[in-house]
Amino acid sequence: MAKITYIEHGGQKHEIEVANGLTVMEGAVQNDIPGIDADCGGSMACATCHVYVKEDWFPKLPNKETGEDDMLDQAYEPKANSRLSCQITVSDELNGLVVHLPEKQV
Amino acid sequence: MIKTDALIIGAGPTGLFCAHQLGIIGLKCEIVDNLDKIGGQCIELYPDKPIYDIPAIPECTGEELTNNLIEQIKPFNINFHLSDRVQEIKKEKENWRVKTLNGKEFLTPNIVIAGGVGSFEPRKFPTKSADKFDGKTVLYSIKDKTIFRDKSVVIFGGGDSALDWAIELSKSSKVTLIHRRDEFRGAQSSVDKVKELQKNNKLEIFTKYSIKDVKGNGKLESVEIKDDDGNSKLISADYVLGFFGLIMQLGPILDWGLNIDKKTIPVNTETFETNKQGIFAIGDICTYPGKLKLILSGFHEGALAARGCFKYARPDEKLRFEFTTTSKAVQNRLGLKND
Repeated sequence: MAKITYIEHGGQKHEIEVANGLTVMEGAVQNDIPGIDADCGGSMACATCHVYVKEDWFPKLPNKETGEDDMLDQAYEPKANSRLSCQITVSDELNGLVVHLPEKQV
Repeated sequence: MIKTDALIIGAGPTGLFCAHQLGIIGLKCEIVDNLDKIGGQCIELYPDKPIYDIPAIPECTGEELTNNLIEQIKPFNINFHLSDRVQEIKKEKENWRVKTLNGKEFLTPNIVIAGGVGSFEPRKFPTKSADKFDGKTVLYSIKDKTIFRDKSVVIFGGGDSALDWAIELSKSSKVTLIHRRDEFRGAQSSVDKVKELQKNNKLEIFTKYSIKDVKGNGKLESVEIKDDDGNSKLISADYVLGFFGLIMQLGPILDWGLNIDKKTIPVNTETFETNKQGIFAIGDICTYPGKLKLILSGFHEGALAARGCFKYARPDEKLRFEFTTTSKAVQNRLGLKND
């Protein structure tokens, strides 16, 4: 279990307890957090679960999956700390993770 | 104007198999898709990726699955209307009058929406200033490459489209290629070619840069790019091209008075009809308790929606349930010769 903070583009914060094994994307979708679309359902075939990981957290996350950067190329305003939230699996180590949501996904 | 028993929106696996099921029960259909090819997400997003959960097919790629479905519906001679999008629908007595972007019209008692997550549209630049040049000097696809002759063209993107056009246009234009990271995702041979052209001063490449602003008063003059540290650079440009892949948008479907729940359309699970009579939704675009976004679920949904279409297409007939193994009528529809 990890407490994850999702911050919408407008500043609205959502602190959610997400079970281990789920992805950061699923944590958002299951809790109706606006700003994560996840059109492809987590198959890394779109870039609509794009998040900006808080700078100090970014290096602590497991490395990007093969192909993740290719999809991020196609995201809305990708930055150096961009990730696809469907590729981040929640574990105890992620307790306290903060992700910012982009202005829009599509 | 084309009269048909059912109009299917979306030529992905779900739409194709629904067409098969309509054919099996003796109904005609037409299929509209805004991509220029058949196959939907399977062909656009993952043509080469293997799929492992199609019943009785241990492994096949998106392209193979599509080709097999096309083969399977061949007996029904279904018309495809590609590179077109259904724009407007209007109820006319028992029918829906359907208009497409390209001006085609259909009259049909049934519309089956098998639109996946929406129609594919190019992703545009996030900068508002790019909008006023959109379609004129800021472009996301190329119809006529001769307009770029002897012009300065700035290309954004790291995939095959960006690389291929950078190579092609460098022959007769001043090309600058800009990508947000050092690695390109396009074919290695294209990456090598682009780097060779750069070495020979045939084109310029800036990596780890993204667009900041598009400048020009009436006429496009330059594009400003920025790196991760906020340093910016101004590049003069007659044309700016963006190749960031495709996004999926529901588009006009949102305006048809259908119930929409988080970009999906609620349906009943008996016929997959929506809140509008004669409009069905199947595949990724529909939702109901227990919905799985799997191709196999789309097949099931298409089979039931086809039966749902029957009562509106043949109000005076009763649908008989038949097997393809034994029914002479079905085998005739499949074009099989009975001894």
